[in-house]
Amino acid sequence: MAEQDNDQPLLLAEGLGKSYGRLTACRDVSFALYPGEVLAIVGESGSGKSTLLQLLSAQLAPSAGRVSYRMRDGVMRDLAMLGEAERRFLFRTDWGFVHQDPAQGLRMAVSAGANVGERLMAVGWNHYGKIRDTASSWLERVELDVARIDDAPKTYSGGMRQRLQIARNLVTEPRLVFMDEPTGGLDVSVQARLLDLMRTLVNELDLAAIVVTHDLAVARLLSHRVMVMQGGAVIETGLTDQVLDDPREPYTQLLVSSILPA
Amino acid sequence: MTAMIDIADAEKTFVMHLQGGVELPVVRGVSFHVDPGECVVLAGPSGAGKSSILKMIFGNYRCDGGRIGVRHQGREINLAEAEPRQILSIRRHTIGYVSQFLRAVPRVATLDVVAELLLAGGVARDPAREAAGALLRRLNIPERLWSLPPSTFSGGEQQRVNIARGFISDLPILLLDEPTASLDAANRAVVVELVNEKKRQGVAMVAIVHDDEIRHLIADRIVDVTSFAAAA
Repeated sequence: MAEQDNDQPLLLAEGLGKSYGRLTACRDVSFALYPGEVLAIVGESGSGKSTLLQLLSAQLAPSAGRVSYRMRDGVMRDLAMLGEAERRFLFRTDWGFVHQDPAQGLRMAVSAGANVGERLMAVGWNHYGKIRDTASSWLERVELDVARIDDAPKTYSGGMRQRLQIARNLVTEPRLVFMDEPTGGLDVSVQARLLDLMRTLVNELDLAAIVVTHDLAVARLLSHRVMVMQGGAVIETGLTDQVLDDPREPYTQLLVSSILPA
Repeated sequence: MTAMIDIADAEKTFVMHLQGGVELPVVRGVSFHVDPGECVVLAGPSGAGKSSILKMIFGNYRCDGGRIGVRHQGREINLAEAEPRQILSIRRHTIGYVSQFLRAVPRVATLDVVAELLLAGGVARDPAREAAGALLRRLNIPERLWSLPPSTFSGGEQQRVNIARGFISDLPILLLDEPTASLDAANRAVVVELVNEKKRQGVAMVAIVHDDEIRHLIADRIVDVTSFAAAA
């Protein structure tokens, strides 16, 4: 991608907020995400980070502010103003969404190959052989045994399901992937393998990603930049290693000092 | 000659909110410059703030005042005010950092750990791995270890992997934090050689070295950090 392209934000949040009656889940969030950039949103449960992720990915309508996204034609569009076809294009092709629970992002009863192929068919692929070849090569890329392409993910382990979910998301070559606690609920050894895989794929594909996590080690390994949330607001933001090694806000210092030494 | 690094009146204070907001001044009035092809060694007792200054030049610690000017792609950028994206670009194209300890990613082979900066800079996989192998060989890391992740290596081996990872690039600025601390004489000599090669290539370096002998061998100038002590 040309340098010039990378100088334009891919996604822009301006004064974003969400309240439910008198309860504010998230308030006044503004930032720009650039192509190829990985942003981690960290904070404890209830800090508003999952609400923010839903606002950013147009799954929830904001009460205040807006989110704009640069479409493939280079034009920034307000997500709230998109037509149905454009929304579908984003959800099916240009974006990926990796859920904490793979069962939410996969169809558990159909084969692994169909789970990956489905995203291709949704964008008009109709040659069975090509779809199957592409699905196989993606299974390989996420280190799944291609011999199990016809097995349904309900027969897979948690770590394998998560890798399948990643393959399903990346097969359409999205430019932006949202991840909600992608390593939550996995064994530590499985987490390390998954993190390494995600790190490699993000680099190779020059993906932009927004990763919600409560695990600062995940943020350190995957992200360039981090936003710390507390009580629905962003309280500190900056370069990941800077925020984690030289935290400024009391709450960030508390989070960082609570990590168990390795 | 135009300096690669030009620091004027930089300062750093930690505020420890968990300890009742205690202020811990680290350094104040930090001022020095580094020209291309020059190695400046920071001297001073442990706790004087040498590592903090290196981390400030790398953008790892924030700078609370003054300026840290760095020549990046032909123009000077003040790291004290730079955006995260600019700092990332500076780390990709201008400043390399050899830390005291290797922070290895689980599962990644030593050869790829060393080649990472070249790969990120767009060098193809094979030549990048070849360059990584050549450096590892010079630093006496046996070839049978190259395909293993360095997390199981000894302290000295990890440090040499870390040195290879830092020296592989052709970045115009290198920051060295105790690069020879746990090395034997033969490997210390290799590091001295590597530093001298970098000087000939015009690389500007800032180093922390406790070993007097090594310091004499690589230092073009010594900056005494005690004069920047903020606690006084």
